[in-house]
Amino acid sequence: MKYMLLMQFSGRQSDEIPPIGTWSAEEFRAHIDFMTETNRKLIADGEFVEAQGLAGRETARIVRASAGGPPLITEGPFAETKEFLAGYWIVDCEDEDRALAIAAHVSTAPGPGGRPLNMPIEVRQVMSGPPTEAEREAAAGR
Amino acid sequence: MTPHRPDRLDVETEDLLRTLAPQVLGVLARRTGDFDTAEDAVQEALLAAARQWPGDGLPDNPRGWLLQVASWRMADQVRGEQARRSREVRAAVREPAGSASAAPADESAETAAGERDDTLTLLLLCCHPALTPASAVALTLRSVGGLTTAEIARAFLVPETTMGRRISRAKERIAATGARFAPPTEAELPGRLDSVRRVLYLVFTEGYAASGGPSLRRVELAEEAIRLARLLLALRPADAEAAGLLALMLLTEARGPARTGPAGELVPLDEQDRSRWDTARIAEGTGLLTAAMRRGPVGPYQLQAAIAALHDEAPTAEATDWPQILALYTVLDQLTPSPLVTLNRAVALAMATTPAAGLALLETLAPTLTGHHHFHAARAHLRERAGDLPGALTDYRAAAARTASTPERNYLLLRQARLNAAADG
Repeated sequence: MKYMLLMQFSGRQSDEIPPIGTWSAEEFRAHIDFMTETNRKLIADGEFVEAQGLAGRETARIVRASAGGPPLITEGPFAETKEFLAGYWIVDCEDEDRALAIAAHVSTAPGPGGRPLNMPIEVRQVMSGPPTEAEREAAAGR
Repeated sequence: MTPHRPDRLDVETEDLLRTLAPQVLGVLARRTGDFDTAEDAVQEALLAAARQWPGDGLPDNPRGWLLQVASWRMADQVRGEQARRSREVRAAVREPAGSASAAPADESAETAAGERDDTLTLLLLCCHPALTPASAVALTLRSVGGLTTAEIARAFLVPETTMGRRISRAKERIAATGARFAPPTEAELPGRLDSVRRVLYLVFTEGYAASGGPSLRRVELAEEAIRLARLLLALRPADAEAAGLLALMLLTEARGPARTGPAGELVPLDEQDRSRWDTARIAEGTGLLTAAMRRGPVGPYQLQAAIAALHDEAPTAEATDWPQILALYTVLDQLTPSPLVTLNRAVALAMATTPAAGLALLETLAPTLTGHHHFHAARAHLRERAGDLPGALTDYRAAAARTASTPERNYLLLRQARLNAAADG
């Protein structure tokens, strides 16, 4: 089963997770090493599908089509937005428990002082193809 | 490392297949006048060879084998007699020696010069100015580079079906513009060669800087660009800019091994371990460039290669001949004016004279380039040199927030963290 793990970052200094721009070089390096090692392990275990980091929210645009006019394009940064998406993984694993375990591990990525960031990771199942015969029978209560 | 074909091929066979690919396609496209179908047929012949040669051994005449199989495949597609022909192909390829004698009678009449003309015509067609850069790059890698669609897709991190469609659409676009498999006129040729060089340079920069994704260097594409630039120079030995292009690639790629740090971050030129630079490539690039500059008008690729050579020849960062680099950027800015060239000139000016002078020139670009990560990264470095730490910090952050390259972002964040510590301490 495929799951998407969404890494939300906070842009506000006052939140629990300090902005990455305030970390020391060693703290930042440790964070990158942790992420690299996490991906290496996921690949080695045959669970890695994709992982992408997203460019800064300063480059984000929100596009909304409007009736009878040109589309409305809003530019970042979105100071009023509490959290923003920093990156995501797609993993292919046995069950939801395993996806939650991977997310829990990712959440412990080190931050300032080498302490775990415990950042929130949203876990969402990726929609798949039609259910198997057995699943349909189970769903029908047979 | 070269991407693998469906069956693992040894390096010699892989090289042979990819050298023969454009030659076979050139002959077939010229004979039939149908580039699109010929291109698909050659791709299938290459895949057939990759499947069969490792087991059956190399045919006596590999070029004739490929040409024959591709011709049959093409006939299949044209006549729609897939089943019957496939049986024939299977029968024929079981006897590799037979394919040599089965080659058309006029084969021996194909001179080496004619073969070169065909390959050049092919290169010019694949880099047709009517194509978008991304399409031209994909089509060139497949038709001239002899790569499979799967290999190209992997290099660009897109699904194979997507890359397949991109190539098909490129061919449709060529057909729609009425371009044919024929040499351009003498008047058209210089402009068309410009397009070829631009496309090959794009392949190289994509491999070198990797505009997206987690890895800074995608070696396969840079090596492929060097191979194609060598081919272009072999086809046009008197073309000084073709030599300049190859020299630029070699002189830049020579620094490749020293360009990435342990955290996968970019290592800037002045901090690179110069003992890890590839001296053979530096020597080859410098030799090519010196010969080219004697030959004719100096173009933008030779100028950029000359700048790269000055960096490569400096035993230490401090020993870099910045006044000479500044002079070259000044000529380049006159020849091909662009904000990015001016930006590089400003950095060279700062290094050759004072950071303040460089910053003053950089400020003239602010209206055009504010919000562009290159601008903020350059200004951050110059502000740091000038001792303006708060200004440098702001610019490092602005650049890190705007770059789409993970290794570059990591480098910029590490740099600003280091500066933060210096400001605190």
